[in-house]
Amino acid sequence: MASLKTGAGTWGGGGSPYAIGSKKLGMWLFILSDTLTFTVMLMAYSYVRIANPDWPRPFDGHSIFLASVMTLCLLSSSVTMVFAVLNAHRGNRKQTVRWMIATIIGGLAFVVLHTNEWLGLIGQGVTPFGNPWDVPLFGATFFALTGLHMTHVTLGVIYLAVVAWGFNGGRFTDEDVEVSGLYWHFVDLVWMFIFPLVYLMSNTV
Amino acid sequence: MSSEPGNRLYLTVWVGLLVLTAIEIVLAYMQLSVTVMLLTLMGLSFVKAGLIVAYFMHLRFERRSLVLTLIPATLMCIALMAFFFPDSLRILELG
Repeated sequence: MASLKTGAGTWGGGGSPYAIGSKKLGMWLFILSDTLTFTVMLMAYSYVRIANPDWPRPFDGHSIFLASVMTLCLLSSSVTMVFAVLNAHRGNRKQTVRWMIATIIGGLAFVVLHTNEWLGLIGQGVTPFGNPWDVPLFGATFFALTGLHMTHVTLGVIYLAVVAWGFNGGRFTDEDVEVSGLYWHFVDLVWMFIFPLVYLMSNTV
Repeated sequence: MSSEPGNRLYLTVWVGLLVLTAIEIVLAYMQLSVTVMLLTLMGLSFVKAGLIVAYFMHLRFERRSLVLTLIPATLMCIALMAFFFPDSLRILELG
């Protein structure tokens, strides 16, 4: 970080105006574009959901409970990732890898629970193109939204595993750990909107 | 950058996020109108998102120039995209 000089002439190209590395800035810019992608998908889901009086509500108390457990998994994996980044900055290699493994376990638990829920819905005849209630928009928007999110979680788990492996071997620095952490927190953040809009909203409204 | 916040702070934020989630789940079991429910849940979710971005994603401890570059433009884009959202309620009333 010593190369990131700031001060006079910064905006003239004399240094890094944000005082962060280019990897971190790149990840932030990716997160911005991904934010807009998810915003559009959440709005599309909510729009057709509110405008449709016959919207199916296959989420009973059991699936709301499961979704709450999934939220707990993601939130907890976020806090373990914070500890991994803190340890990486302090140079504790072993501790960093341990916290990252805890994060990966949280992510995997989420994927397993979510896949289980998907299989339950598919068993009821809910597919992306049709369902027993004859509102195909439900399957289309639900699977597109949660599927894109689950893809992010799955790729995030792989990403974290690669970074943890490389950090342990000395190929990656603490900045790489921090950047992977940013991605992971973003995936968590998106679920903070999917959970109320898809699951909680369909309970009584 | 210079003053690294401790573990305690992050655990407090984590507990705060869990409490907000619990409030959301309780709200889901109450009989509220679509508009009230949507606004309350989204309000709480934005608070949660703010906590995650500020503390977990460390933005509170970054330079202000970075925050000003990232956040206002994104919020503006989201607001512009949300411009037509209330139309969904009108469609419902048309029957």
